[in-house]
Amino acid sequence: MTTVLTPAETAAPAKPPTPVTMAAALNAALADSLAADDRVVVFGEDVGTLGGVFRVTDGLASRFGEQRVFDTPLAEAGIVGTAIGMAMNGLVPVVEMQFDAFAYPAFEQVTSHLAKLRNRTRGRLALPVVIRVPFGGGIGGVEHHSDSSEAYYTHTPGLRVVTPGTPADAYRLLRQAINCPDPVLFLEPKRRYWSKETAALSVDGPSIDRAVVRRAGKDVTLIAYGGMVATALEAASAALEEGWDVEVIDLRSLSPFDDHTLTESVRRTGRAVIVHEAAGFAGYGAEVAARLTEQCFHYLEAPILRVTGFDIPYPPPHLEKFHLPSTDRILDAIARLQWEGDNA
Amino acid sequence: MTTLTHRGETTDATSLLPSAEPLTLIGQDGKPGEQGGRLTLPAPDVLRELHRRMVLGRRFDTQASALTKQGRLAVYPSSRGQDACQVGAVLALRDQDWLFPTYRDSVAVITRGVPAEEALALLRGDWHCGYDPYRYRVAPQCTPLATNTLHAVGLAHAARLQAKDQVALVLLGDGATSEGDTHEALNFAGVWKAPVVFLVQNNGYAISVPLAKQTAAPTLAAKGIGYGVPSLLIDGNDAAAVYSAVRAGIERAADGGGPTLIEAITYRIEAHTNADDATRYRASEEVSDWLERDPIARLTAYLSANGLLDDAAASQLAAEAERFADGVRQRMNEDVSADPAELFEHVYAHPTAALERQRAALLAELQEQEEPAS
Repeated sequence: MTTVLTPAETAAPAKPPTPVTMAAALNAALADSLAADDRVVVFGEDVGTLGGVFRVTDGLASRFGEQRVFDTPLAEAGIVGTAIGMAMNGLVPVVEMQFDAFAYPAFEQVTSHLAKLRNRTRGRLALPVVIRVPFGGGIGGVEHHSDSSEAYYTHTPGLRVVTPGTPADAYRLLRQAINCPDPVLFLEPKRRYWSKETAALSVDGPSIDRAVVRRAGKDVTLIAYGGMVATALEAASAALEEGWDVEVIDLRSLSPFDDHTLTESVRRTGRAVIVHEAAGFAGYGAEVAARLTEQCFHYLEAPILRVTGFDIPYPPPHLEKFHLPSTDRILDAIARLQWEGDNA
Repeated sequence: MTTLTHRGETTDATSLLPSAEPLTLIGQDGKPGEQGGRLTLPAPDVLRELHRRMVLGRRFDTQASALTKQGRLAVYPSSRGQDACQVGAVLALRDQDWLFPTYRDSVAVITRGVPAEEALALLRGDWHCGYDPYRYRVAPQCTPLATNTLHAVGLAHAARLQAKDQVALVLLGDGATSEGDTHEALNFAGVWKAPVVFLVQNNGYAISVPLAKQTAAPTLAAKGIGYGVPSLLIDGNDAAAVYSAVRAGIERAADGGGPTLIEAITYRIEAHTNADDATRYRASEEVSDWLERDPIARLTAYLSANGLLDDAAASQLAAEAERFADGVRQRMNEDVSADPAELFEHVYAHPTAALERQRAALLAELQEQEEPAS
C-alpha cells in the first residue's frame, strides 16, 4: 500500500522513519519546497487538478492554490520557454515533462537558452529552473514512453543532470535541485516510482553533485544510476554467492560527474562495470568508461565493461525484458573481468 | 455578429481581428493619415523625441554597417527602414517594462538606453550579450528566432503572479511567425492573459524568403484570433502609429486585459546582413519604392509642416547624430581584450572541478606559448 505523506507530516523538519514510495517522496519534496519558498511554482501538463499522470504532484494545487501549482497548455517548448521567462522575473519554476520522449519539443529551449543564458549574460542572468522528467522503461509503456534520454542532456554544458535511485534520495535530490542556482534536469526513474523504502526524509546528506557508495565492496565497482541502482544492488547480492564482493555506486549526478568518488573506488577495486538502460553506443557509459580509464589505467586489472540496452529503439512492452540490463547480464559482465585463474 | 462562448466568457470574435488596412496616423506625405482607427496621435514632444531617436538610430545603424567593412564587427544585421518600429515601440515602454529583442533590433536596444558598444558586443565577436539585462530590462538579443516570445510570456506571467505592474514587449519578424514557439507563446499568453505585447515587424523577407512563401494567412495580425489575442495591423513606417499601438497594448496589458498582437508593415532596406546579397531575391525597384516611404522623412515632413522642427533644430540634431557616431566609432575601435579564462567562469554558478581543470590546462598551454622553452 502506498504511503502518502500528509502536509502536516511534511512540514515538520525532523520526521520519523516511515515507509515511503519514490512518488510520495517526490511529492513531499515539492510540497516542502513550495512551503519553504514563495518563489517556487510548479506547472506542466496535468500537474494541477489531476496531480500528474504519476500522481507526483497529487494534492499540491489544492494545498497551494492555482497561482502556484497549475496546468498548462499541451506544449513542452512553451512550458520550458515560459519557465525561463518566469525565472528571469524572480520565480523558481519546477516544471514537468510528462514522459521522456515528450520532452523533445523543448530541446531547443533547454539547450540554447536554459543551459546557456548564464554564460550568454556573463553570469548576470541565473535560471534556477528544475525540469522533472519521468524517464526509462520497465513499466510496460507503449512507444515513446520509455526513453532513456540522459545523454542528450549531459552533453549540454550549463545543465545539471541528476537522477535518484531511492525514495529518500529522491526527496533530498529534488529539494537540492530546487535550491540550486543552476538549471537542473531531474530524471525520475519511473519504474521505481512505487518502490518503497523506510526512511526519514531529509534534505541533509550528500550534496547534489556527489555520487554515493550504496554498498561497499572490494572486488569490483558496479556503477549505476536511476532505475538501475536497485538492479545493481540485486546483482551485488547475487555476486556474493559467486565469491565477488561488489561495491555499488549510485552516481546521482550525471553532470557534473563526481570523479573523486569514482576514481577512489575504481583504483581500490581495479575493476569496473557501468550499467544503464540507454543504448550503449555513444551512451553515458562511454563517458564513464573513458574517464575512468584515463584516471585509473594503471590500477585496472581488466577493461571497464558496459551493460546497457541494445542499440535499438525502445522495444514494446512484451519484449522490453530482453532489452533491459538484468542481474544475469551484470553477473556475466563481472565474470568477464579477467579474474586470477581465468584462462580466457 | 460572431460570438464565441468559452470558459464562461463571451467574446465578440470580430473584435479580435485587425483592420482591413494598416492603421496610419501620419501618412507618407507627412499629412494626418485617414486610417487611424482607435490610435491617438502622440503629443508634440513625443513626436519630436520619436524623430530625434530615429535620426540617432539611423546614424548608429549606418555606423555599425561601416564597422563591418572595417572588420570591427563580425556581422551586422541592419534595421534601416524599420526605424519607426525600433524607436516607436521602445519609447512606448514604461521604465519597469521589459524588451525582448532579436539580432535585428540593435537600434531598439540602444534606444532603450543600452550603450552602443555593449549592444554590439556579441556582433563584435564576444561570447556574451554585452549588457546587464536587469539594468535596462532588456533580454539578450535573440538569435534562434521566436524563442524569445516564450521568455516574454513567462516573464509577463511571473509579473502578474507577483502582482508587479510590468509588461513585456517582444519583437519578432514575419519569418518568426512560422516558428512553433510563436504559436505556443500566443497560446500561453491568451490562456494566461499574460501582460505581453507581440510586435511583428513584417519587413517582407525572412533573409530571402518573401512573405508569400511564408504564410497563406490574409495578414500576420489575423493569426491572433486563433489564440483569443486581439490584434492590430499598422503602418510600420509611421512612428506615431507604432508608438500609439504599442502604448495601447501596454496599457491594456497593465490593466489586466491580456496580450496584444501587432503587425507592423515595414521594409528591410539593406540586405539581411553585410554577408548577404539581396539582389539575388528582390528587384531594385522594390527597394527604391520603399526608400520613398522613409519613416524619418515622413515624420520630418509632419514636424516641419506643423512648426515642430525648424532648420536650426534639424541641423542641431544632425550634429548630435555625428557626435554620437563618432563616440561609437571611437569606442568600437578599441581592441577587445577577452580573457580566455573567463570562458569557464559563467557556465555554472560556480565552475565545476572539471571546468577548473580545463581552465588550468588552457592557461598552462597559453603560458607555454608565451615562454617557449629555451
